[in-house]
Amino acid sequence: MIPLGNGEVGVPLPLEWKFSQVFGERAAGEEVQEVDIISAIEFDKSGEHLATGDRGGRVVLFERTDGKNYAFRKDQEKMDYSNARHPEFRYKTEFQSHEPEFDYLKSLEIEEKINKVRWCQTANGALFLLSTNDKTVKYWKVQEKKVKKICDMNLDPSASIGNGRFSGPIGAATDFVFPPGGFPSLHLPVVIVGHETQLVPRCRRVYAHAHDYHINSISNNSDGETFISADDLRINLWNIEISNQSFNIVDVKPVNMEDLTEVITSAEFHPTHCNTLAYSSSKGTIRLIDMRQSALCDTHAKLFEERETPGSRSFFTEIIASISDIKFGKDGRHILSRDYMTLKLWDLNMESSPVATFQVHEYLRPKLCDLYENDSIFDKFECCLSGNGLRVATGSYSNLFRVFGCVSGSNEATTLEASKNPTRRQVQTPSRSSRSFTSLARSRRRDANGGVYDFSAKLLHLAWHPTSNVIACAAANSLYMYYAEDVPR
Amino acid sequence: MAMIDEPLYPIAVLIDELKNEDIQLRLNSIRRLSTIARALGEERTRKELIPFLSENNDDDDEVLLAMAEELGVFVPYVGGVEYANILLPPLETLCTVEETCVRDKAVESLCRIGAQMKESDLVEWFIPLVKRLAAGEWFTARVSSCGLFHIAYPSAPEMLKTELRSIYSQLCQDDMPMVRRSAASNLGKFAATVEPTHLKTDIMSIFEDLTQDDQDSVRLLAVEGCAALGKLLEPQDCVAHILPVIVNFSQDKSWRVRYMVANQLYELCEAVGPEPTRTDLVPAYVRLLRDNEAEVRIAAAGKVTKFCRILNPQLAIQHILPCVKELSSDSSQHVRSALASVIMGMAPILGKDATIEQLLPIFLSLLKDEFPDVRLNIISKLDQVNQVIGIDLLSQSLLPAIVELAEDRHWRVRLAIIEYIPLLASQLGVGFFDDKLGALCMQWLEDKVYSIRDAAANNLKRLAEEFGPDWTMQHIIPQVLEMANNPHYLYRMTILNAISLLAPVMGSDITCSKLLQVVTNASKDRVPNIKFNVAKVLQSLIPIVDQSVVEQTIRPCLVELSEDPDVDVRFFARQALQTSEQVMMSS
Repeated sequence: MIPLGNGEVGVPLPLEWKFSQVFGERAAGEEVQEVDIISAIEFDKSGEHLATGDRGGRVVLFERTDGKNYAFRKDQEKMDYSNARHPEFRYKTEFQSHEPEFDYLKSLEIEEKINKVRWCQTANGALFLLSTNDKTVKYWKVQEKKVKKICDMNLDPSASIGNGRFSGPIGAATDFVFPPGGFPSLHLPVVIVGHETQLVPRCRRVYAHAHDYHINSISNNSDGETFISADDLRINLWNIEISNQSFNIVDVKPVNMEDLTEVITSAEFHPTHCNTLAYSSSKGTIRLIDMRQSALCDTHAKLFEERETPGSRSFFTEIIASISDIKFGKDGRHILSRDYMTLKLWDLNMESSPVATFQVHEYLRPKLCDLYENDSIFDKFECCLSGNGLRVATGSYSNLFRVFGCVSGSNEATTLEASKNPTRRQVQTPSRSSRSFTSLARSRRRDANGGVYDFSAKLLHLAWHPTSNVIACAAANSLYMYYAEDVPR
Repeated sequence: MAMIDEPLYPIAVLIDELKNEDIQLRLNSIRRLSTIARALGEERTRKELIPFLSENNDDDDEVLLAMAEELGVFVPYVGGVEYANILLPPLETLCTVEETCVRDKAVESLCRIGAQMKESDLVEWFIPLVKRLAAGEWFTARVSSCGLFHIAYPSAPEMLKTELRSIYSQLCQDDMPMVRRSAASNLGKFAATVEPTHLKTDIMSIFEDLTQDDQDSVRLLAVEGCAALGKLLEPQDCVAHILPVIVNFSQDKSWRVRYMVANQLYELCEAVGPEPTRTDLVPAYVRLLRDNEAEVRIAAAGKVTKFCRILNPQLAIQHILPCVKELSSDSSQHVRSALASVIMGMAPILGKDATIEQLLPIFLSLLKDEFPDVRLNIISKLDQVNQVIGIDLLSQSLLPAIVELAEDRHWRVRLAIIEYIPLLASQLGVGFFDDKLGALCMQWLEDKVYSIRDAAANNLKRLAEEFGPDWTMQHIIPQVLEMANNPHYLYRMTILNAISLLAPVMGSDITCSKLLQVVTNASKDRVPNIKFNVAKVLQSLIPIVDQSVVEQTIRPCLVELSEDPDVDVRFFARQALQTSEQVMMSS
């Protein structure tokens, strides 16, 4: 648990979450198209923009409606309810980031599905981001351009076609002389700049052919010039400017693939220390590596691993221990990890056990056999921390997600549903009140106790706004946004 | 639509295409910007073209890059140096774009223009530009500003100089690591323009901040600054300020920083003088040669000769040589390879006795290294040792090494050794070559890989040049001609290729008496590929041999081939016949 600072009065009260917005809401009875399912969500550092990626290889950008208009913001401050406003977003633009491909050498289909989106440093008002599918990372620039009209050409554009392009050097011929004052009959075309603007996405660089396995993470370095891409067995380091070479910094591939016991599941750079990098494994460990130590980081600086409680071992122990996502807290001191059943918060200074463990859906423990049979046990849930580091969140089944308070003494544990009415099923411990599900369930699966879980409606992807209490989460093809006002103490 | 005179038509197209939708056409127009400027005249270039370019700066990066480059040499087209300031605004905007290569080019062009400008103009136009960029809202502008200070500073009046120094110091503490990196990498250039008094105070304190930066990437660039600053300072100041920093850096936590030190260290030896080199830099360098990280050892090993060249031989033998011995059996093949590529250069530095006593065992062990790269690197620098101790001492080990490389299963290794054969031949002399290596050169002609056969043919030509026609007549030609009847057509083709390469070296007589016969015989080959290659070879022989030979031997053969059933054979035969006719006409 995060200890409270001296200035804090007490444990913050649980947040009351309210529905804010939904994009791509499904109409009743509408079937979800596979390509529309959201597969990545990410806020930028300022919280002004939000990006999502989907299985169809598209990246959709959203922007804050209240952020851009400074005059409006000032008015708000005057009216003294600036705190009351929560960030709202609107659709900005979208582009096709990846296309389905076929690797002819390996006879492999490469899906266009976006695995991760990461925002990069903005410059001159243009937005930059990295997106990746299983094999290829791309660097995108989205820029607002004024619509321009060209007129008053020297030659009639329709007439000049077919007159042949000139190619010989002008003025090199001896009979052609430039008069000192130039030719008055020539003039420059006139460019009329309109008021309309147009968002132009452009792929600036493609970082390809560096991964034999599927890329699961990309992460920017705080130095602003490098990033990593991680696949099941290797982590590569890139310079953003250079797309034709990368350096392999972690390689866990055994000489003999039959000796393989562990794969990399997620990797992230420290938010401020340029040389520190964490990656998680399918065995439930998190390794912290110091890139200063050596070029190939085979040895870790720290290993975070919880000791197994004796006697609790079962067939599923190893499977559910696999970490699906890790995130650094903004302070750089904590790492949040998600395994199948729990959310764990680690302090970088304590390797032996997490400082807090949150049960996400303990009521599923008796169902592990079913979950194994329908492969749900291999679902990869993401996790996120609030900007102030006081709370953490992660997703579950039946389109539910949970928010926990991680300040010591807090027992905040909220369950929300990704729908317009997030609190209608708010229950602290769903296992006890599982009976209440029955009334809501229609086509859902019932177990012997009457508990209902919709394993197909899994909420895998979610993100917490960097500065305010806003959570964006994906339920299939819909993007739901929720906000909570800071409750006065 | 204005009426355009016929001769101006191409220029009109060029101007219109500045705004064409096709990026290739826009690029083309921008690359011919000087032509457009001349067509408009100096005044309209200043008043219309340059403002036009300033306003239209949201083009694609490729176009902007070309524009930044063109503007750097545009001074003559706007009316000379007194109007150079006209060019600053468009370049200033280009200094702020997101694409690094465009910014770099714009900075380069600004420096080029600034270097020509009058002092008063610099103060009026250039320095305010630098200040604006340094205060830019986006990091891109601030990054660019760092590269302009060394042009702006010298002509600034005293007050402004103080301001510029303080702005630069702020840039070194910028929030953005990109800006600090730019400031660090440009510090040497800027420092070179700063007065010695300020150098010791302002610049050194900036430098010290950079050396303690959180970001490894910034500290790395500060290392580069060490050498540059070291050369500017008096030796005693260098010892006082730079030496401790570099000694610190050589023990930095980050291997990348130590790697940079390993690369730069020898440059600093001259700046600090012999005594501090002995007491501080040699121990630092020895540490780097024994670093834990292989990458650092690679860098250090690669500089071993340069470093020893600065030291006196005594020191080198005492301190560096033991490390070199260790490195020659390093666990990393790349370290050994880096060492092998430079170690031969130590022979002239250490002199004959030390080389025989100390270096020779290392050479011999590297020549037996399990990795071919290491052996190749030794062989490639053989000439340097030859000058000092002669080749005899090495030849015992050399031969097995060469033979093994010559038969290596990787064709790239075989290719590499073939390229060194002429060098070896010249070092080893005819006698040694005949006994041991001659057979290898013939063996390569029948290699399985085309590139090797091709290189082998070329090798024969270079050997012929080295040892002269008489030797070649005895040791190469008979063996080559023997292979002309190889049952495999690809090998026969290699021989044809070798003949066409050897003929110019051997001269007319030998070509006619020995080589031509083989070629004309090959024109009866059953494989069309051989036949059209015969046509090609004959074409190449036409200029070498006597006119009568062309008439009596080459042309009849070509005429026959030009009626071959195979279309390709006919094509090349006719092409060769045409050449022979042209030669006849001109003579």
